[in-house]
Amino acid sequence: MKSESNIGSLGVDTRKLGVWLFLASEIMFFTGLIGSYIVLRFANLESWPVPSTVLNIPLTALNTFILICSSATLVLGLASIQRGDKEGLQVGLFLTILLGAAFLSIQMNEYKALIQEGFTISGSIFGSCFFTLTGFHGAHVFAGVIWLTVVFLQSFGPRFSRDQFCGVEMVGLYWHFVDLVWIILFTILYLI
Amino acid sequence: MAETELEHKQPNYAGVFWSLFVLTILEIIAANAPIAKTFSVIALVTLAVMKASLVALFYMHLKFEKQLFYMIVFFPLLLAFILTLMVLADKAIA
Repeated sequence: MKSESNIGSLGVDTRKLGVWLFLASEIMFFTGLIGSYIVLRFANLESWPVPSTVLNIPLTALNTFILICSSATLVLGLASIQRGDKEGLQVGLFLTILLGAAFLSIQMNEYKALIQEGFTISGSIFGSCFFTLTGFHGAHVFAGVIWLTVVFLQSFGPRFSRDQFCGVEMVGLYWHFVDLVWIILFTILYLI
Repeated sequence: MAETELEHKQPNYAGVFWSLFVLTILEIIAANAPIAKTFSVIALVTLAVMKASLVALFYMHLKFEKQLFYMIVFFPLLLAFILTLMVLADKAIA
């Protein structure tokens, strides 16, 4: 697949343009959820709990750090293939998949502990908001891990090289967006 | 660059990573600091915006992309900002 054939009339790679347009729709999706959260929180100020009394902030701070690390390993993988270092790309992708899986695993454990303590999706409005927002984000992380795994397997073939790495860039854009959304969610759900 | 536009220098990925790490620690400190809730919220939102900007500009390479990509991101962000502002204003009046 030669690069020139993917440059559209706008002078940009049409595959990358498609991913950016998809991410634009994702911005609106999460804005809708966050907007609903703000409405519900302001409507229930008296009964709204202090997040740190319900949620495990240190554990989630660790999870935030894991997601930040996963973004770093992915950009280092991309930088490797841009230098023609395929092994570097594979190491970067593999570490990113591991860190993504670790994030999901910690989130599942967090859910389990919260539900055992009686904090459920139907127990309170805060619970509904918390599980909806973090659940949709977790689903995005899960989809990202699947996509990363596909790209990782493709990296063993001739698909990626010093001159051809758009597939890595596209999964990178999605993964960093998921990281970016978590940065916002961590702040508004856990810290404020 | 053959596949996509990469005539820019490689960003300092390690620098961005450590900046995100430090900003996350500052967030935890700001959330637990004995200061007024309003100041705490302003500090936390500012830190979150700084972190999100670092990820978008350097990890997503937005800083080095063509203006078209800025436009694609700008309009939903503008709508997101307006929606949040309207919701907050509505709740403040109510």
